[in-house]
Amino acid sequence: MNPTNRKEDSLEENLDPIAISCRSIVRDFGEGQAKVRVLHGIDLDIPLGKTTFLVGPSGCGKTTLISIIAGLLTPTSGTVSVLGKEITKLRGGRLVSFRSQYLGFIFQQFNLIPALTAAENAAVSLVVQGYSLASAKRKSLVLLDKLGMSHNGNKYPNQLSGGQQQRVAIARALVHDPRIVICDEPTASLDAESGYAVMELLQEVAESNERAVIVVTHDNRIYEFADLIASMADGRILSTKAHLDESSTKP
Amino acid sequence: MILIALKMLFHDRAKYLGLVIGVAFSTLLINQQLGIFLGLLSRAAAVIVDVPEANVWVMDPGVKNLDTVFPLRDTELGRVRGVPGVEWAVPFFKSMATIRTATGDLESALLLGVDDASLVGVPSDVVLGDIEELRRPDAVAVGLDGYGKVWRNQPVTLERTVELNDRRAVVVAVVKDSPKFTSSITFFTRYSQALLYTNNGRNQMSFILARAQSNKSPEQVAMTIHQKTGLQAMTSNQFRDKAIQYVIDNTGIPVSFGTVVGLGILVGVCVVGLMFNLFVLENLRYFAVLKAIGARNLKLVWMVFLQALVVGFVGFSLGLFGAASFFEFAGRNSNFAGFYLPWQVGLLSGCVAAGIIFLASLVALRRLLFVDPAVVFRG
Repeated sequence: MNPTNRKEDSLEENLDPIAISCRSIVRDFGEGQAKVRVLHGIDLDIPLGKTTFLVGPSGCGKTTLISIIAGLLTPTSGTVSVLGKEITKLRGGRLVSFRSQYLGFIFQQFNLIPALTAAENAAVSLVVQGYSLASAKRKSLVLLDKLGMSHNGNKYPNQLSGGQQQRVAIARALVHDPRIVICDEPTASLDAESGYAVMELLQEVAESNERAVIVVTHDNRIYEFADLIASMADGRILSTKAHLDESSTKP
Repeated sequence: MILIALKMLFHDRAKYLGLVIGVAFSTLLINQQLGIFLGLLSRAAAVIVDVPEANVWVMDPGVKNLDTVFPLRDTELGRVRGVPGVEWAVPFFKSMATIRTATGDLESALLLGVDDASLVGVPSDVVLGDIEELRRPDAVAVGLDGYGKVWRNQPVTLERTVELNDRRAVVVAVVKDSPKFTSSITFFTRYSQALLYTNNGRNQMSFILARAQSNKSPEQVAMTIHQKTGLQAMTSNQFRDKAIQYVIDNTGIPVSFGTVVGLGILVGVCVVGLMFNLFVLENLRYFAVLKAIGARNLKLVWMVFLQALVVGFVGFSLGLFGAASFFEFAGRNSNFAGFYLPWQVGLLSGCVAAGIIFLASLVALRRLLFVDPAVVFRG
């Protein structure tokens, strides 16, 4: 069985260059007097084949917004369409299924399972879809090889450097070939060199397979990798502009 | 997902071992204590069980157990024999006696006097000698475990002599008897010889052993004996149950053992529950990652139950093996003779272990099911 063939809502023919479309997203936390509005009617379009940065100070609502885009959080009001599918209308198993097929995640803390080797960690996204660990591992090893981690497949996370762990996390996010990759501060736990290497990889990912890569970051050293930068403050999008700074140099 | 669940479980060796030891300890304690408890209870009825030929026991109406007997008049034997449905009836004497061992120590022993003619009441499992030799003057048969107590570390031979209530007794047979509640040394002799050893005269019958005719039920015959003689009459099974119930009702043994078993279960639930909860808590971030990348709750529940099942199975197996080993090795000591591990106790402890694991899983699952997958985006 190839679980990826089970895609219940086939989106492969969707040629819309907009990968994610957020309309009037509002999100409140708490109730009554304690109610706090974190997102104030966000409108945002994220294109395919590009790397979009979501930037802004701490507490501006970036994490809440990507949680909603990822289908991990429900907005108080507004709609989110991912690859033409309105995910805010999806519930339970359909939402989980959609997430596992079309989204890949890269986290600030890597979140690799300490009990699994690098290859097994990278294979987890496929295992969740129903692949056996052995066949998923074979696929993940190919990807790890492409990411320059061919010799580290059998190492455990605690035997890898931060940069290597993030590569494993990238492999986990890509192994099931998602159309959207959501990255939360992917360079925050890395030194500058490893951070650049990771961003180069992500840029390649976005360009090579017409994926949309969304990067939430504080790290202005990596802004040069952005095709589009959406600046947020106080739960609002202040500006969305293409990054045209060609003068910056990569190390 | 099965392999991932198992790898996560085995990776944290300290917690895995702690969980397994928690379940194993509970299982061991439950099996060991209940096994000893049931062994002790069965000892309370050992004298009855050792006389399978008789299926009706007749005694004074005031008798409540085997150890508190009121002597019957000799004439009662004739009356019982005359009751319709009684195939045969024989006298049975039971008393405590003092013996002087080969080393000069005094020991308390159980003295059982059986019918002079039929010798009904002597265990049929003869290790050495011949029961018929009991017809000789001063002849006694001794239980194997008791033999080891009186003649420690000496080979089992016949014709050894012992002072029984200051009278000479000659061992003519060694038999395999059930361990008793009050003493581990049991001497069997003829009824008339037993009276000599206890310096008692007539009217000393402790019990009358009877057998119902094959076309009558023992219950029916026991009732008829009671109606016709006014004596208390019970079937062997009824008397066995009554003797055991007496111990349960009138000693602190059930409370004592019950407390230990209860503590074993409590410690098991607390230790395993807390540790498993801690295990899931420490892995909660990774479960949240699995949830975020598309694992359904049902899969995560299955992972946790699988981990709990493995812990339960390994722990239970180790605990049961420990308890079985205890009874196997301890059973070779005469003090523990007759103690055993009934399969029902093993089954019960299995259910308890499953309960412990189930409770532990439920506590852990509560956290798992309500974990917000969006937590993965929070540093």
